[in-house]
Amino acid sequence: MQAFTRLRSRTAVIDSTNVDTDQIIPARFLTTTTKEGLGRQLFADWRYLPDGSPNPSFVLNDPRYRDVQILVAGRNFGCGSSREHAPWALVDFGIRAVISTEIADIFRSNALKNGLLPVVVDEAHARWLIEHPGAEVEIDLMTRTLSLPDGERVEFAIEPFARHCLLHGVDELGFLLSQRAAIERYEAARPW
Amino acid sequence: MSARTLFEKVWSAHEVVPETPEAPAVLYVDLHLVHEVTSPQAFSVLRERALPVRRPDRTLATMDHSTPTQSDQVFGRAPIRVDAAAQQVRQLERNAAEFGVELFALTDERRGIVHVIGPELGVTQPGATIVCGDSHTSTHGAFGALAFGIGSTEVGHVLATQCLLQRKPKTLAVEVEGALRPGVTAKDLILAIIGRLGVSGGTGHVIEYRGSTIRALSMDERMTVCNMSIEAGARAGMIAPDETTFAYLADRPRAPRGAARDEALARWRALGSDAGARFDARLDLDAAALEPMITYGTNPGMVVPITGAVPGADGDAVHRKALEYMGFHPGEAMIGKPVDVVFIGSCTNGRLEDLEAAARILKGRRVAKGVQLLIVPGSQRVKQQAEASGIADVLRAAGADWRESGCSMCLGMNGDTVARGAYAVSTSNRNFEGRQGVGARTLLASPLTAAAAAVTGRIADPREMI
Ligand code: SF4
Repeated sequence: MQAFTRLRSRTAVIDSTNVDTDQIIPARFLTTTTKEGLGRQLFADWRYLPDGSPNPSFVLNDPRYRDVQILVAGRNFGCGSSREHAPWALVDFGIRAVISTEIADIFRSNALKNGLLPVVVDEAHARWLIEHPGAEVEIDLMTRTLSLPDGERVEFAIEPFARHCLLHGVDELGFLLSQRAAIERYEAARPW
Repeated sequence: MSARTLFEKVWSAHEVVPETPEAPAVLYVDLHLVHEVTSPQAFSVLRERALPVRRPDRTLATMDHSTPTQSDQVFGRAPIRVDAAAQQVRQLERNAAEFGVELFALTDERRGIVHVIGPELGVTQPGATIVCGDSHTSTHGAFGALAFGIGSTEVGHVLATQCLLQRKPKTLAVEVEGALRPGVTAKDLILAIIGRLGVSGGTGHVIEYRGSTIRALSMDERMTVCNMSIEAGARAGMIAPDETTFAYLADRPRAPRGAARDEALARWRALGSDAGARFDARLDLDAAALEPMITYGTNPGMVVPITGAVPGADGDAVHRKALEYMGFHPGEAMIGKPVDVVFIGSCTNGRLEDLEAAARILKGRRVAKGVQLLIVPGSQRVKQQAEASGIADVLRAAGADWRESGCSMCLGMNGDTVARGAYAVSTSNRNFEGRQGVGARTLLASPLTAAAAAVTGRIADPREMI
């Protein structure tokens, strides 16, 4: 997993609530057996017209936003299906952080395991970000702050262990494997 | 000890290492269900790190999401039409063989949708922790299990260690009292609950469904309710096990028997939330006031009673966009809207009782001209039972396209899709844009409402047809 320490980028905005993982990556693209290459199909049904050409009115097709690394979206981003293909597609496209007032549980968990930082901010700051697409912001995971263009620093919460893994670019599997003795003790002690 | 909830009892019994401020709990997984779409990348990680599956005896694999539903493709008389799906099927066969995981392959009579076969086999048991790389794993909570969906990375964690790192969620009690009126089903109940909670109302919580209405539900109905917990944002939904649960499990092939059953029953009976146990949040609902429900928008929280009308947008851009996608206008009645496709199936409503409900309406009637009625049983066993009891004949006689089991049109990965712009009444669980096919317009409803729509070619009140 790619480490995440600090990220400075302009934002792209999807001003929609409840953006579900079926939109982030439609089911027909889940037939892959690897994690790579899904960026091309990110938001496929919003990004491409029925004839396959790019939809000029979709934000990520706008040349101004093509290389942004931060996505700002409405409440409850990533709801629905547990498909990890959603963060895979976002990361493959180049997105490293998602900012919203609320991020769905399974998506958040999946994102954290792929170097994609979920940043939850309050309503007022989210509103400001949604109304200012392209704003250049900085996310510092060390200090857990999001810095806005006017210098204001907004603190965000993140699960400490996930933060530790992200900062060091290590995955949780190593930690779980190191718990082997405890797991064996648990299994041995179970009466059923 | 202070009063504990059902959730707390199951959670604490599975803590290998309790959580601390610095680290999440290491939680033991009793049963890991695996399917072809979210597992390939997890097996790859095991291979890269030269790790075995820690507990193949606690792991069970099936094929459902991308599998064909046409008999000739299932039984090898014709190639699987969707190439990538064929690849995933072969990949899972390879992975299961290499890692020693039991697999219900395409032609196995025990195969089916992962959330239908677990209970059917009796591997879904009260008090267990159950995970699967699928958000509707919440279905198994109907048995008093703590069951939730995980991502592919976590599938790898469980394969390698039989454990997960988890923060303890909060609890939400949904208290339902009163008798459901005729024609109002468990599906209508859960749609109404989601309508009340909203699609993120349950985020961060495990729901416990309680009250006299829930106690009176059959296991098939309880599964329908728990199944859609995720549609309110909750990762898990649970119902305390009781005599209904124990009777269901009595003669299941893999449920405990004899002395083991007596021992299990003693454990299971102690699982229910203690009197006075505290929940972090609570919602109360009067079941007797409910009507059949139907969705009008692009998430399951956009739901109205079937006799209702499309709500106004109130200047809400997201709502307006949803109505635009659906081709609906504020104030229009739901009843009478034309329908192109009806899908009866999925892990929400693809069990035997669901097919029986559809048959009550379809018996002696015909599918309306121009309407496609696709009925896909939740498992091969459900299919075989419906065929043995004559239900399948009733459905076919009405003009239904009767298939082999699988997820099918619930997510349209296997080629069973709804055409752009077409209206589908579906007994599945998600009406997201494009869920059933690019541009497809989905209206979620019960099997009764779906069958009524198939017969009339329009949204119709099923209560007038039973
Ligand atoms: S039937 Fe639908 S919701 Fe259920 S497991 Fe299959 S795809 Fe998921």
